Amino acid sequence: MSAVPPVSTTVTSASAADARKATSRRRARGVMAQTKVELALTLRRGESLLVSMLIPLGVLVFFSKVDAISSVKDPVAFLVPGVLALAVMSTAMVSLGIATGFERRYGVLKRLGSTPLSRGGLLAAKTLNVLVIEIVQTVLIVAVGAALGWDVTWRVIPALGVLLIGTVAFAGIGMLMAGTLRAEANLAAANALYLFLLFTGGMAYPLDKLPGVAETIARALPAAALAESVRGVLDPGRGFASGEFVVLCLWAVAMPLAAARWFRWEE
Amino acid sequence: MPTAAVAIEIDCIEKSYGPRRAVDGLSLEIERGEVFGLLGPNGAGKTTTVEILEGYRSPDAGGVRVLGCDPVADGPALRPRIGVMLQSGGLYPGIRPLEALQLFAAYYDEPDDPQRLLELVGLDDVGRTLVRRLSGGQYQRLSLALALIGRPELLFLDEPTAGMDPHARATTWDLVRSLRADGVTVVLTTHGMDEAEQLCDRIAIVDHGKLVALGTPSELTNGQTSNDLRFRAPTGLDAAGLATALRLAPGAVVELHPGEYAVSGEPTPALVADLAAWWRDHDVHIGELRVGRRSLEEVFLRLTQEGRP
Repeated sequence: MSAVPPVSTTVTSASAADARKATSRRRARGVMAQTKVELALTLRRGESLLVSMLIPLGVLVFFSKVDAISSVKDPVAFLVPGVLALAVMSTAMVSLGIATGFERRYGVLKRLGSTPLSRGGLLAAKTLNVLVIEIVQTVLIVAVGAALGWDVTWRVIPALGVLLIGTVAFAGIGMLMAGTLRAEANLAAANALYLFLLFTGGMAYPLDKLPGVAETIARALPAAALAESVRGVLDPGRGFASGEFVVLCLWAVAMPLAAARWFRWEE
Repeated sequence: MPTAAVAIEIDCIEKSYGPRRAVDGLSLEIERGEVFGLLGPNGAGKTTTVEILEGYRSPDAGGVRVLGCDPVADGPALRPRIGVMLQSGGLYPGIRPLEALQLFAAYYDEPDDPQRLLELVGLDDVGRTLVRRLSGGQYQRLSLALALIGRPELLFLDEPTAGMDPHARATTWDLVRSLRADGVTVVLTTHGMDEAEQLCDRIAIVDHGKLVALGTPSELTNGQTSNDLRFRAPTGLDAAGLATALRLAPGAVVELHPGEYAVSGEPTPALVADLAAWWRDHDVHIGELRVGRRSLEEVFLRLTQEGRP
Protein backbone atom coordinates (compact mmCIF):
# COMPACT_ATOMS: atom_id res chain seq x y z
CA MET A 1 0.00 0.00 0.00
CA SER A 2 2.76 2.45 0.75
CA ALA A 3 4.85 3.52 -2.17
CA VAL A 4 8.59 3.99 -2.01
CA PRO A 5 9.42 7.67 -1.74
CA PRO A 6 10.54 8.94 -5.14
CA VAL A 7 14.15 9.55 -4.16
CA SER A 8 17.38 7.62 -3.76
CA THR A 9 16.64 4.87 -6.32
CA THR A 10 17.34 6.79 -9.51
CA VAL A 11 19.82 9.42 -8.40
CA THR A 12 23.36 9.15 -9.64
CA SER A 13 26.20 8.59 -7.22
CA ALA A 14 27.50 12.11 -7.89
CA SER A 15 24.27 13.79 -6.82
CA ALA A 16 23.99 11.36 -3.90
CA ALA A 17 27.39 12.58 -2.76
CA ASP A 18 26.19 16.16 -3.22
CA ALA A 19 23.11 15.41 -1.15
CA ARG A 20 25.24 13.89 1.58
CA LYS A 21 27.50 16.93 1.53
CA ALA A 22 24.49 19.24 1.76
CA THR A 23 23.15 17.24 4.69
CA SER A 24 26.43 17.40 6.59
CA ARG A 25 26.72 21.13 5.85
CA ARG A 26 23.23 21.63 7.24
CA ARG A 27 24.07 19.56 10.33
CA ALA A 28 27.25 21.55 10.97
CA ARG A 29 25.33 24.82 10.57
CA GLY A 30 22.65 23.64 13.00
CA VAL A 31 25.19 22.50 15.59
CA MET A 32 27.10 25.80 15.39
CA ALA A 33 23.90 27.88 15.79
CA GLN A 34 22.81 25.64 18.67
CA THR A 35 26.20 26.01 20.38
CA LYS A 36 26.06 29.79 20.04
CA VAL A 37 22.61 29.93 21.64
CA GLU A 38 23.55 27.46 24.39
CA LEU A 39 26.53 29.65 25.27
CA ALA A 40 24.41 32.81 25.25
CA LEU A 41 21.85 31.14 27.51
CA THR A 42 24.61 29.95 29.87
CA LEU A 43 25.96 33.50 30.12
CA ARG A 44 22.43 34.79 30.84
CA ARG A 45 22.12 32.46 33.86
CA GLY A 46 24.04 34.34 36.53
CA GLU A 47 23.83 31.58 39.14
CA SER A 48 25.33 29.07 36.75
CA LEU A 49 28.28 31.36 36.05
CA LEU A 50 28.73 31.83 39.79
CA VAL A 51 29.01 28.08 40.30
CA SER A 52 31.32 27.51 37.35
CA MET A 53 33.60 30.56 37.59
CA LEU A 54 33.57 32.27 40.97
CA ILE A 55 33.42 29.31 43.35
CA PRO A 56 36.52 27.51 41.98
CA LEU A 57 38.49 30.76 41.88
CA GLY A 58 37.23 31.65 45.36
CA VAL A 59 38.38 28.29 46.73
CA LEU A 60 41.79 28.76 45.10
CA VAL A 61 42.37 32.26 46.50
CA PHE A 62 40.82 31.62 49.93
CA PHE A 63 42.64 28.40 50.78
CA SER A 64 45.98 29.66 49.46
CA LYS A 65 45.79 32.83 51.58
CA VAL A 66 44.17 31.40 54.73
CA ASP A 67 46.44 29.00 56.55
CA ALA A 68 43.91 26.15 56.61
CA ILE A 69 46.03 23.45 55.02
CA SER A 70 49.29 23.90 56.88
CA SER A 71 50.21 20.23 56.44
CA VAL A 72 50.80 20.93 52.74
CA LYS A 73 54.18 22.40 51.88
CA ASP A 74 53.08 24.30 48.76
CA PRO A 75 49.35 25.12 49.12
CA VAL A 76 48.96 26.70 45.65
CA ALA A 77 50.57 23.70 43.89
CA PHE A 78 48.19 21.49 45.88
CA LEU A 79 45.13 23.66 45.17
CA VAL A 80 45.48 24.30 41.41
CA PRO A 81 44.83 20.66 40.34
CA GLY A 82 41.99 20.33 42.87
CA VAL A 83 40.36 23.52 41.67
CA LEU A 84 40.72 22.49 38.02
CA ALA A 85 38.84 19.30 38.96
CA LEU A 86 36.25 21.36 40.84
CA ALA A 87 35.72 23.57 37.78
CA VAL A 88 35.14 20.52 35.58
CA MET A 89 32.66 19.14 38.11
CA SER A 90 30.71 22.39 38.30
CA THR A 91 30.47 22.88 34.53
CA ALA A 92 30.02 19.31 33.29
CA MET A 93 27.80 18.08 36.13
CA VAL A 94 26.05 21.03 37.80
CA SER A 95 25.60 23.61 35.01
CA LEU A 96 24.97 21.12 32.22
CA GLY A 97 22.74 18.91 34.36
CA ILE A 98 20.56 21.66 35.81
CA ALA A 99 20.13 23.43 32.46
CA THR A 100 19.27 20.17 30.70
CA GLY A 101 16.81 19.22 33.46
CA PHE A 102 14.90 22.46 33.00
CA GLU A 103 15.00 22.15 29.21
CA ARG A 104 13.39 18.78 29.66
CA ARG A 105 10.78 20.27 32.00
CA TYR A 106 9.93 23.09 29.57
CA GLY A 107 9.55 20.69 26.64
CA VAL A 108 12.54 22.17 24.81
CA LEU A 109 14.17 18.77 24.37
CA LYS A 110 10.90 17.38 23.04
CA ARG A 111 10.41 20.27 20.61
CA LEU A 112 13.97 19.99 19.28
CA GLY A 113 13.27 16.30 18.67
CA SER A 114 10.98 17.17 15.75
CA THR A 115 13.47 19.53 14.08
CA PRO A 116 16.27 18.42 11.73
CA LEU A 117 18.75 19.06 14.58
CA SER A 118 19.19 15.45 15.66
CA ARG A 119 19.71 14.33 19.22
CA GLY A 120 23.32 13.77 18.22
CA GLY A 121 23.48 17.39 17.04
CA LEU A 122 22.04 18.63 20.32
CA LEU A 123 24.54 16.57 22.33
CA ALA A 124 27.38 17.86 20.15
CA ALA A 125 26.30 21.46 20.82
CA LYS A 126 26.07 20.81 24.56
CA THR A 127 29.52 19.21 24.52
CA LEU A 128 31.02 22.21 22.70
CA ASN A 129 29.31 24.56 25.17
CA VAL A 130 30.85 22.69 28.12
CA LEU A 131 34.30 22.63 26.50
CA VAL A 132 34.28 26.38 25.76
CA ILE A 133 33.33 27.19 29.37
CA GLU A 134 35.98 24.78 30.65
CA ILE A 135 38.69 26.35 28.50
CA VAL A 136 37.85 29.78 29.95
CA GLN A 137 37.85 28.30 33.48
CA THR A 138 41.20 26.59 32.94
CA VAL A 139 42.84 29.74 31.61
CA LEU A 140 41.52 31.78 34.55
CA ILE A 141 42.55 29.20 37.15
CA VAL A 142 46.06 28.82 35.73
CA ALA A 143 46.41 32.62 35.53
CA VAL A 144 45.23 33.18 39.11
CA GLY A 145 47.40 30.27 40.26
CA ALA A 146 50.44 31.84 38.57
CA ALA A 147 49.61 35.16 40.21
CA LEU A 148 49.58 33.35 43.56
CA GLY A 149 53.05 31.97 42.86
CA TRP A 150 52.39 28.65 41.13
CA ASP A 151 55.03 27.48 38.63
CA VAL A 152 53.12 26.93 35.39
CA THR A 153 54.54 23.79 33.74
CA TRP A 154 54.16 22.11 30.33
CA ARG A 155 52.45 19.34 32.29
CA VAL A 156 49.24 21.37 32.03
CA ILE A 157 48.91 19.94 28.50
CA PRO A 158 48.67 16.23 29.50
CA ALA A 159 46.55 17.30 32.48
CA LEU A 160 43.97 18.59 29.97
CA GLY A 161 43.55 15.01 28.75
CA VAL A 162 42.76 13.85 32.28
CA LEU A 163 40.32 16.78 32.72
CA LEU A 164 38.63 15.70 29.49
CA ILE A 165 38.05 12.21 30.88
CA GLY A 166 36.70 13.83 34.05
CA THR A 167 34.36 15.91 31.89
CA VAL A 168 32.95 12.75 30.33
CA ALA A 169 32.39 11.19 33.77
CA PHE A 170 30.72 14.25 35.32
CA ALA A 171 28.65 15.07 32.22
CA GLY A 172 27.40 11.49 32.41
CA ILE A 173 26.34 12.01 36.05
CA GLY A 174 24.71 15.37 35.26
CA MET A 175 22.78 13.98 32.29
CA LEU A 176 21.73 10.85 34.18
CA MET A 177 20.14 12.99 36.90
CA ALA A 178 18.71 15.52 34.40
CA GLY A 179 17.07 12.77 32.37
CA THR A 180 15.53 10.83 35.24
CA LEU A 181 14.59 13.31 38.02
CA ARG A 182 12.01 16.08 38.04
CA ALA A 183 13.64 19.44 37.29
CA GLU A 184 13.40 20.75 40.89
CA ALA A 185 14.64 17.47 42.41
CA ASN A 186 17.48 17.50 39.89
CA LEU A 187 18.39 21.05 40.87
CA ALA A 188 18.56 20.14 44.55
CA ALA A 189 20.36 16.85 43.95
CA ALA A 190 23.00 18.36 41.65
CA ASN A 191 23.81 21.12 44.15
CA ALA A 192 23.89 18.70 47.09
CA LEU A 193 26.12 16.29 45.23
CA TYR A 194 28.39 19.18 44.23
CA LEU A 195 28.88 20.23 47.86
CA PHE A 196 29.34 16.63 49.02
CA LEU A 197 31.96 15.94 46.35
CA LEU A 198 33.67 19.27 47.01
CA PHE A 199 34.16 18.24 50.65
CA THR A 200 35.13 14.63 49.91
CA GLY A 201 37.06 15.22 46.69
CA GLY A 202 40.47 16.19 48.05
CA MET A 203 40.04 19.49 46.24
CA ALA A 204 40.44 22.13 48.96
CA TYR A 205 42.27 19.97 51.52
CA PRO A 206 44.13 16.61 51.42
CA LEU A 207 42.10 13.41 51.44
CA ASP A 208 44.06 11.97 54.37
CA LYS A 209 42.43 14.58 56.61
CA LEU A 210 39.24 12.49 56.32
CA PRO A 211 38.65 9.72 58.91
CA GLY A 212 39.73 6.23 57.68
CA VAL A 213 36.54 4.75 56.22
CA ALA A 214 35.46 8.09 54.78
CA GLU A 215 38.78 8.41 52.99
CA THR A 216 38.40 4.94 51.45
CA ILE A 217 34.90 5.77 50.21
CA ALA A 218 35.98 9.18 48.95
CA ARG A 219 38.78 7.64 46.90
CA ALA A 220 36.23 5.52 45.04
CA LEU A 221 34.19 8.59 44.06
CA PRO A 222 34.86 10.49 40.80
CA ALA A 223 35.78 13.85 42.42
CA ALA A 224 38.78 12.53 44.37
CA ALA A 225 39.72 10.28 41.45
CA LEU A 226 39.85 13.31 39.13
CA ALA A 227 41.59 15.66 41.58
CA GLU A 228 44.25 13.09 42.49
CA SER A 229 44.81 12.09 38.85
CA VAL A 230 45.32 15.72 37.79
CA ARG A 231 47.59 16.30 40.80
CA GLY A 232 49.65 13.25 39.88
CA VAL A 233 50.18 14.61 36.37
CA LEU A 234 50.93 18.21 37.38
CA ASP A 235 53.26 17.38 40.28
CA PRO A 236 56.14 15.11 39.17
CA GLY A 237 57.15 14.66 42.81
CA ARG A 238 53.92 12.75 43.59
CA GLY A 239 54.02 10.42 40.57
CA PHE A 240 51.14 9.32 38.39
CA ALA A 241 48.09 8.22 40.44
CA SER A 242 47.34 5.09 38.45
CA GLY A 243 44.76 3.68 40.91
CA GLU A 244 42.74 6.90 40.93
CA PHE A 245 43.08 7.18 37.16
CA VAL A 246 41.54 3.72 36.70
CA VAL A 247 38.67 4.68 39.03
CA LEU A 248 38.12 7.86 37.00
CA CYS A 249 38.04 5.93 33.73
CA LEU A 250 35.49 3.50 35.14
CA TRP A 251 33.19 6.41 36.07
CA ALA A 252 33.76 7.91 32.60
CA VAL A 253 32.54 4.71 30.98
CA ALA A 254 29.74 3.80 33.40
CA MET A 255 28.00 7.17 33.79
CA PRO A 256 27.45 8.03 30.11
CA LEU A 257 26.23 4.47 29.50
CA ALA A 258 23.79 4.79 32.40
CA ALA A 259 22.63 8.18 31.12
CA ALA A 260 22.10 6.80 27.60
CA ARG A 261 20.16 3.89 29.09
CA TRP A 262 17.84 5.79 31.45
CA PHE A 263 17.61 9.31 30.03
CA ARG A 264 13.99 10.31 29.27
CA TRP A 265 13.56 13.21 26.84
CA GLU A 266 10.16 14.15 28.29
CA GLU A 267 9.41 14.73 31.98
CA MET B 1 1.72 7.17 -8.18
CA PRO B 2 -1.40 6.23 -6.26
CA THR B 3 -0.24 7.72 -2.99
CA ALA B 4 0.93 11.06 -4.38
CA ALA B 5 -2.29 12.73 -3.26
CA VAL B 6 -2.10 11.23 0.23
CA ALA B 7 -0.13 13.06 2.91
CA ILE B 8 -0.85 10.76 5.84
CA GLU B 9 -2.03 7.18 6.11
CA ILE B 10 -3.05 5.87 9.52
CA ASP B 11 -3.66 2.15 9.48
CA CYS B 12 -5.47 0.74 12.48
CA ILE B 13 -3.11 2.07 15.15
CA GLU B 14 -3.32 1.23 18.83
CA LYS B 15 -1.48 2.80 21.74
CA SER B 16 -1.87 2.11 25.45
CA TYR B 17 -0.40 3.77 28.51
CA GLY B 18 -0.51 1.07 31.16
CA PRO B 19 -4.07 -0.21 31.32
CA ARG B 20 -5.48 2.87 29.57
CA ARG B 21 -5.96 2.54 25.82
CA ALA B 22 -5.38 6.01 24.38
CA VAL B 23 -5.77 5.07 20.71
CA ASP B 24 -7.89 2.06 19.84
CA GLY B 25 -7.76 0.93 16.22
CA LEU B 26 -7.83 4.31 14.49
CA SER B 27 -7.59 4.45 10.66
CA LEU B 28 -7.56 7.65 8.60
CA GLU B 29 -6.25 9.02 5.33
CA ILE B 30 -5.36 12.68 5.08
CA GLU B 31 -4.93 14.18 1.62
CA ARG B 32 -2.24 16.57 0.52
CA GLY B 33 -3.27 20.19 0.68
CA GLU B 34 -6.20 19.75 3.02
CA VAL B 35 -6.72 21.25 6.44
CA PHE B 36 -7.72 18.31 8.57
CA GLY B 37 -9.21 18.65 12.03
CA LEU B 38 -9.02 16.09 14.82
CA LEU B 39 -11.82 16.78 17.25
CA GLY B 40 -12.56 15.02 20.48
CA PRO B 41 -13.05 15.51 24.21
CA ASN B 42 -10.05 15.59 26.54
CA GLY B 43 -8.35 12.22 26.66
CA ALA B 44 -9.87 11.08 23.37
CA GLY B 45 -6.43 10.26 21.95
CA LYS B 46 -5.93 13.31 19.72
CA THR B 47 -2.50 14.29 21.03
CA THR B 48 -1.29 10.69 21.15
CA THR B 49 -2.30 10.26 17.51
CA VAL B 50 -0.56 13.46 16.45
CA GLU B 51 2.58 12.53 18.40
CA ILE B 52 2.69 9.16 16.64
CA LEU B 53 2.56 11.03 13.30
CA GLU B 54 5.33 13.39 14.47
CA GLY B 55 7.56 10.44 15.35
CA TYR B 56 7.53 11.01 19.12
CA ARG B 57 6.02 7.61 19.87
CA SER B 58 5.53 4.34 18.08
CA PRO B 59 2.11 2.68 17.95
CA ASP B 60 1.75 -0.63 19.80
CA ALA B 61 0.00 -2.04 16.72
CA GLY B 62 -0.79 -0.81 13.23
CA GLY B 63 1.30 1.62 11.21
CA VAL B 64 1.46 5.14 9.84
CA ARG B 65 3.05 6.73 6.76
CA VAL B 66 3.70 10.45 6.78
CA LEU B 67 4.66 11.95 3.38
CA GLY B 68 5.57 8.41 2.41
CA CYS B 69 7.91 7.95 5.38
CA ASP B 70 7.85 6.01 8.61
CA PRO B 71 8.04 8.87 11.14
CA VAL B 72 10.39 6.99 13.49
CA ALA B 73 12.62 4.98 11.12
CA ASP B 74 12.79 7.72 8.45
CA GLY B 75 12.82 10.60 10.93
CA PRO B 76 15.97 12.30 9.58
CA ALA B 77 14.44 12.44 6.08
CA LEU B 78 11.00 13.48 7.30
CA ARG B 79 11.84 16.15 9.91
CA PRO B 80 13.06 18.80 7.42
CA ARG B 81 9.65 18.57 5.69
CA ILE B 82 7.31 18.97 8.67
CA GLY B 83 6.51 21.73 11.12
CA VAL B 84 5.36 21.00 14.66
CA MET B 85 3.53 23.11 17.22
CA LEU B 86 3.23 21.28 20.52
CA GLN B 87 0.19 21.67 22.75
CA SER B 88 2.33 23.40 25.36
CA GLY B 89 5.92 24.25 26.13
CA GLY B 90 8.89 23.74 23.88
CA LEU B 91 10.73 27.06 24.27
CA TYR B 92 13.78 28.09 26.28
CA PRO B 93 12.55 30.59 28.91
CA GLY B 94 15.77 32.58 28.52
CA ILE B 95 15.72 32.99 24.74
CA ARG B 96 14.31 35.95 22.75
CA PRO B 97 11.72 35.36 19.99
CA LEU B 98 13.91 36.64 17.15
CA GLU B 99 16.86 34.65 18.47
CA ALA B 100 14.73 31.48 18.65
CA LEU B 101 13.57 31.94 15.05
CA GLN B 102 17.14 32.55 13.87
CA LEU B 103 18.28 29.42 15.73
CA PHE B 104 15.56 27.25 14.21
CA ALA B 105 16.23 28.77 10.76
CA ALA B 106 19.76 27.36 10.97
CA TYR B 107 18.39 23.80 11.15
CA TYR B 108 16.79 24.01 7.69
CA ASP B 109 18.16 24.32 4.15
CA GLU B 110 15.78 26.98 2.87
CA PRO B 111 14.24 28.61 5.91
CA ASP B 112 11.74 31.42 5.91
CA ASP B 113 12.89 34.86 7.03
CA PRO B 114 12.77 35.14 10.86
CA GLN B 115 11.86 38.84 10.82
CA ARG B 116 9.06 38.26 8.29
CA LEU B 117 7.56 35.44 10.40
CA LEU B 118 7.79 37.55 13.53
CA GLU B 119 5.71 40.23 11.80
CA LEU B 120 3.34 37.65 10.34
CA VAL B 121 2.33 36.40 13.81
CA GLY B 122 2.31 39.94 15.22
CA LEU B 123 5.31 39.62 17.55
CA ASP B 124 7.61 42.19 15.93
CA ASP B 125 7.31 44.51 18.92
CA VAL B 126 8.44 41.80 21.38
CA GLY B 127 11.19 40.27 19.22
CA ARG B 128 13.79 41.03 21.89
CA THR B 129 11.72 40.25 24.99
CA LEU B 130 12.67 37.11 26.91
CA VAL B 131 10.27 34.23 26.26
CA ARG B 132 9.54 33.91 29.97
CA ARG B 133 8.03 37.42 29.91
CA LEU B 134 5.64 36.69 27.00
CA SER B 135 1.92 36.21 27.61
CA GLY B 136 0.36 32.80 26.96
CA GLY B 137 -1.01 33.95 23.62
CA GLN B 138 2.31 35.46 22.53
CA TYR B 139 4.06 32.21 23.48
CA GLN B 140 1.61 30.26 21.31
CA ARG B 141 2.17 32.61 18.39
CA LEU B 142 5.94 32.17 18.68
CA SER B 143 5.46 28.39 18.72
CA LEU B 144 3.43 28.75 15.54
CA ALA B 145 6.10 30.89 13.86
CA LEU B 146 8.75 28.31 14.82
CA ALA B 147 6.63 25.56 13.27
CA LEU B 148 6.63 27.54 10.02
CA ILE B 149 10.32 28.54 9.87
CA GLY B 150 11.37 25.52 7.78
CA ARG B 151 8.66 26.12 5.13
CA PRO B 152 7.01 22.78 5.92
CA GLU B 153 4.96 20.72 3.46
CA LEU B 154 3.01 19.37 6.39
CA LEU B 155 2.14 21.24 9.55
CA PHE B 156 0.94 19.77 12.86
CA LEU B 157 -0.89 22.16 15.18
CA ASP B 158 -1.93 20.75 18.55
CA GLU B 159 -4.60 23.09 19.94
CA PRO B 160 -3.01 26.11 18.25
CA THR B 161 -5.36 28.81 19.53
CA ALA B 162 -5.73 27.65 23.15
CA GLY B 163 -4.96 30.67 25.34
CA MET B 164 -5.05 33.17 22.46
CA ASP B 165 -7.17 36.30 22.59
CA PRO B 166 -9.80 36.71 19.82
CA HIS B 167 -7.51 38.96 17.79
CA ALA B 168 -4.60 36.51 17.84
CA ARG B 169 -7.02 33.70 17.04
CA ALA B 170 -8.24 35.55 13.95
CA THR B 171 -4.62 36.14 12.86
CA THR B 172 -3.90 32.44 13.28
CA TRP B 173 -6.96 31.44 11.29
CA ASP B 174 -5.95 33.77 8.46
CA LEU B 175 -2.48 32.26 8.55
CA VAL B 176 -3.82 28.71 8.28
CA ARG B 177 -6.03 29.75 5.36
CA SER B 178 -3.09 31.28 3.51
CA LEU B 179 -0.98 28.16 4.16
CA ARG B 180 -3.78 26.10 2.69
CA ALA B 181 -3.81 28.36 -0.36
CA ASP B 182 -0.07 27.65 -0.72
CA GLY B 183 -0.78 23.92 -0.73
CA VAL B 184 0.49 23.12 2.76
CA THR B 185 -1.22 20.19 4.46
CA VAL B 186 -2.35 21.08 7.97
CA VAL B 187 -3.37 18.66 10.71
CA LEU B 188 -4.84 20.41 13.73
CA THR B 189 -6.46 19.28 16.93
CA THR B 190 -8.91 21.55 18.65
CA HIS B 191 -11.68 21.83 21.19
CA GLY B 192 -13.14 24.79 19.36
CA MET B 193 -16.07 23.79 17.20
CA ASP B 194 -16.06 27.21 15.57
CA GLU B 195 -12.39 26.75 14.76
CA ALA B 196 -12.99 23.35 13.16
CA GLU B 197 -16.01 24.59 11.24
CA GLN B 198 -14.20 27.71 10.01
CA LEU B 199 -10.88 26.19 9.05
CA CYS B 200 -11.13 22.51 8.26
CA ASP B 201 -11.81 20.88 4.92
CA ARG B 202 -12.52 17.63 6.75
CA ILE B 203 -12.99 16.71 10.37
CA ALA B 204 -12.53 13.46 12.23
CA ILE B 205 -14.31 13.21 15.56
CA VAL B 206 -12.54 10.76 17.88
CA ASP B 207 -13.62 9.48 21.26
CA HIS B 208 -12.02 6.82 23.47
CA GLY B 209 -9.31 6.45 20.80
CA LYS B 210 -11.82 5.49 18.12
CA LEU B 211 -13.11 7.29 15.04
CA VAL B 212 -16.77 8.17 15.57
CA ALA B 213 -17.39 10.48 12.60
CA LEU B 214 -15.53 11.69 9.52
CA GLY B 215 -16.47 14.22 6.88
CA THR B 216 -16.62 17.83 5.82
CA PRO B 217 -18.22 20.20 8.32
CA SER B 218 -21.39 20.37 6.22
CA GLU B 219 -21.51 16.58 5.80
CA LEU B 220 -21.31 16.21 9.55
CA THR B 221 -24.09 18.69 10.22
CA ASN B 222 -26.36 17.90 7.26
CA GLY B 223 -28.95 15.19 7.65
CA GLN B 224 -28.83 15.93 11.32
CA THR B 225 -32.11 17.83 11.41
CA SER B 226 -33.26 18.19 14.92
CA ASN B 227 -36.89 18.20 15.84
CA ASP B 228 -36.76 21.35 17.85
CA LEU B 229 -36.52 25.04 17.56
CA ARG B 230 -34.43 27.24 19.78
CA PHE B 231 -34.49 30.90 20.52
CA ARG B 232 -32.91 33.41 22.83
CA ALA B 233 -35.04 35.97 24.59
CA PRO B 234 -35.30 37.67 28.00
CA THR B 235 -35.44 35.25 30.91
CA GLY B 236 -38.69 34.36 32.69
CA LEU B 237 -41.08 34.10 29.74
CA ASP B 238 -44.29 32.18 30.37
CA ALA B 239 -43.20 28.87 28.82
CA ALA B 240 -46.42 27.02 29.62
CA GLY B 241 -48.51 29.86 28.18
CA LEU B 242 -46.42 29.84 25.02
CA ALA B 243 -46.87 26.07 24.69
CA THR B 244 -50.64 26.50 24.93
CA ALA B 245 -50.60 29.28 22.32
CA LEU B 246 -48.66 26.97 20.00
CA ARG B 247 -51.20 24.19 20.66
CA LEU B 248 -48.45 21.96 22.11
CA ALA B 249 -48.27 20.00 25.37
CA PRO B 250 -47.54 22.28 28.37
CA GLY B 251 -44.02 20.83 28.77
CA ALA B 252 -43.10 21.33 25.10
CA VAL B 253 -41.50 24.71 25.75
CA VAL B 254 -38.66 24.81 28.26
CA GLU B 255 -36.10 27.39 29.28
CA LEU B 256 -32.91 25.31 28.92
CA HIS B 257 -30.59 27.94 30.33
CA PRO B 258 -31.57 31.42 31.47
CA GLY B 259 -32.78 33.17 28.32
CA GLU B 260 -32.44 30.13 26.05
CA TYR B 261 -35.67 28.37 25.12
CA ALA B 262 -36.35 25.11 23.29
CA VAL B 263 -39.64 24.32 21.57
CA SER B 264 -40.18 20.61 20.92
CA GLY B 265 -42.29 20.28 17.85
CA GLU B 266 -42.07 19.91 14.10
CA PRO B 267 -40.80 23.34 12.98
CA THR B 268 -43.54 23.85 10.40
CA PRO B 269 -44.17 27.30 8.84
CA ALA B 270 -47.41 27.45 10.83
CA LEU B 271 -45.60 26.83 14.12
CA VAL B 272 -43.01 29.50 13.33
CA ALA B 273 -45.81 31.96 12.44
CA ASP B 274 -47.65 31.21 15.70
CA LEU B 275 -44.44 31.68 17.62
CA ALA B 276 -43.78 35.02 15.96
CA ALA B 277 -47.36 36.10 16.69
CA TRP B 278 -46.91 35.27 20.38
CA TRP B 279 -43.68 37.28 20.50
CA ARG B 280 -45.51 40.23 18.88
CA ASP B 281 -48.44 39.99 21.32
CA HIS B 282 -46.06 39.83 24.32
CA ASP B 283 -43.57 42.36 22.93
CA VAL B 284 -40.70 39.85 23.14
CA HIS B 285 -37.46 40.90 21.46
CA ILE B 286 -35.57 37.79 20.51
CA GLY B 287 -31.79 37.50 20.23
CA GLU B 288 -31.49 34.42 18.07
CA LEU B 289 -33.72 31.87 16.35
CA ARG B 290 -32.37 28.53 15.16
CA VAL B 291 -34.20 25.69 13.56
CA GLY B 292 -33.45 22.50 11.70
CA ARG B 293 -29.75 21.86 11.13
CA ARG B 294 -27.76 21.00 14.20
CA SER B 295 -24.61 22.92 14.84
CA LEU B 296 -21.33 21.03 14.74
CA GLU B 297 -21.20 21.47 18.49
CA GLU B 298 -24.48 19.60 18.93
CA VAL B 299 -23.30 16.83 16.61
CA PHE B 300 -20.07 16.62 18.55
CA LEU B 301 -21.77 16.50 21.94
CA ARG B 302 -24.27 13.90 20.78
CA LEU B 303 -21.55 11.66 19.27
CA THR B 304 -19.13 11.91 22.16
CA GLN B 305 -21.66 11.64 24.95
CA GLU B 306 -23.23 8.39 23.81
CA GLY B 307 -22.59 5.62 26.27
CA ARG B 308 -21.52 8.03 29.01
CA PRO B 309 -23.28 8.20 32.35
